[in-house]
Amino acid sequence: MVMPQIKEVAGQAGESPVDNAVVARGVSKTYGTVEALRNLSLEFPRGQLTSLLGPSGCGKTTLLKIIAGLLEPTSGEIEVNGKPVKGPGPDRAFVFQDFALMPWASVIRNVAFGLELRGVAKSEREAIAEKYIREVGLSGFEKAYPHELSGGMRQRVGLARALSVDADVLLMDEPFSAVDEQTRRKFQEDLLRLVENESKTFIFVTHSIEEAVYVSDQIAILLPRPSRVSEIIRPGGFRQKGADAIRRDPEYLDIVDRIWASLRSYVD
Amino acid sequence: MLSRSLYLKILSAVVVFGAWEIAGRIPVSYAFPTFLESMAALGRMAFDGTLYTAYVETLKPLVVGVSISAFIGIGLGLWIGLSRAFDWLFSPIFIVMQAAPLAALIPLLVMAYGIGLTSKVFVVCIMAMPVIVLNTAGAVRNTPVSLKEMGRSFLGSKSDIILKIIIPSASPVIFSGLRLGISAGFIGAILAELKITPTGVGDIITYSRSIADYPSMYAAIFSIILLAILFLNLLERVEVYLFEGNVRGYASD
Repeated sequence: MVMPQIKEVAGQAGESPVDNAVVARGVSKTYGTVEALRNLSLEFPRGQLTSLLGPSGCGKTTLLKIIAGLLEPTSGEIEVNGKPVKGPGPDRAFVFQDFALMPWASVIRNVAFGLELRGVAKSEREAIAEKYIREVGLSGFEKAYPHELSGGMRQRVGLARALSVDADVLLMDEPFSAVDEQTRRKFQEDLLRLVENESKTFIFVTHSIEEAVYVSDQIAILLPRPSRVSEIIRPGGFRQKGADAIRRDPEYLDIVDRIWASLRSYVD
Repeated sequence: MLSRSLYLKILSAVVVFGAWEIAGRIPVSYAFPTFLESMAALGRMAFDGTLYTAYVETLKPLVVGVSISAFIGIGLGLWIGLSRAFDWLFSPIFIVMQAAPLAALIPLLVMAYGIGLTSKVFVVCIMAMPVIVLNTAGAVRNTPVSLKEMGRSFLGSKSDIILKIIIPSASPVIFSGLRLGISAGFIGAILAELKITPTGVGDIITYSRSIADYPSMYAAIFSIILLAILFLNLLERVEVYLFEGNVRGYASD
């Protein structure tokens, strides 16, 4: 039996040798009088998946949208690849909770839409889109419309769209929360493979503890009102054991329990 | 499936026209002709050219008024939907226009613009424009936030987001506004011909009533309804052609 090895990193690490794709420094966000984020600092190592986990209302989606450049922080700054974020950029792609597919457009046009907005020629962008449609397992549905697809298939379209613009950082806002449990499990397994095969940095917002522990290299636990990072957990050895073994691994179960213990008092 | 819906359409037409025929035969009133008499009058007017000359006259204010209402209405609606200041400035005008008793305003229009085409075009516009403007504005304002965010996060410019996201997303409600607006425009065109100067189809209705030729009067009314239905069907085809995926459902439902 392997002892659980939980490495903890303090809220603000000093100069670390780790290569960070995204760094948040002292980010605050207030809406009127409501303080959504206060002085939040967090580092996202390159090529890894970092989850933002916390109870609802803890500002995890707000942080993700600030990283995406969709919201402006009240103070503090975000750096992506060493450059400060001033708005949406080609280095980041977003996967939306409600899929955000255009119902009037076919699957292939939806997947190619990011490239379309970048002015890529039609034949070229459709070739790229076809490749990613194949990759997410939707071959044969290129001409279908979103309303003809199941929830899980719609999110695959959203994922293919984000992959097709070839951004360094993939921002995922509770991407699996609107799909059914079985599809969700399949997605989580696929996501592990994706993190392994694509050399991209993933930032993943979720409210499911099991999901966060299952898919993450690093879990940032956010506590609400105002939000701050309460701790960072880096699951250790069980990730190499293969998708099937993870859910039965004692370390996995321990971490899930520990996170629940620290979050339970914030759930009303 | 297609033949079944066609069958149902024919069935409902048979029921309606059958009821009309029976009501005419009872008769409900001496001023109410049977369906067959009316159709005979319609055929007669269609063949001797009366109907054709009448429609040349009626379609002028109708086409001009509906085109103005559609283009300006959708344009204004977009602007109102996109800008809060514009909303405050213009929405009340159209809400008042929609609620105004048009028949009472016609004398004013006649005083200002005479009895010619201008007044009739105005009547059509007052009938057709408000619903087009208000529907367009409402639909634009209610574009799903996540779709707009999607456009921004994938680096769409402002005009990209308006042309490729907001307008297509608003199109079902814009089209339903157009349908309502155009049917109101048909009513407006006939109202103008009855209230301002009897020309075209309005003239057939007024004249046939004055000489108690009720079949012709109902034939004229029937023909205008038929034209409106044909036109609305055409509009629906255009919508399906432009935004195929929109017509059958939404990604969010």
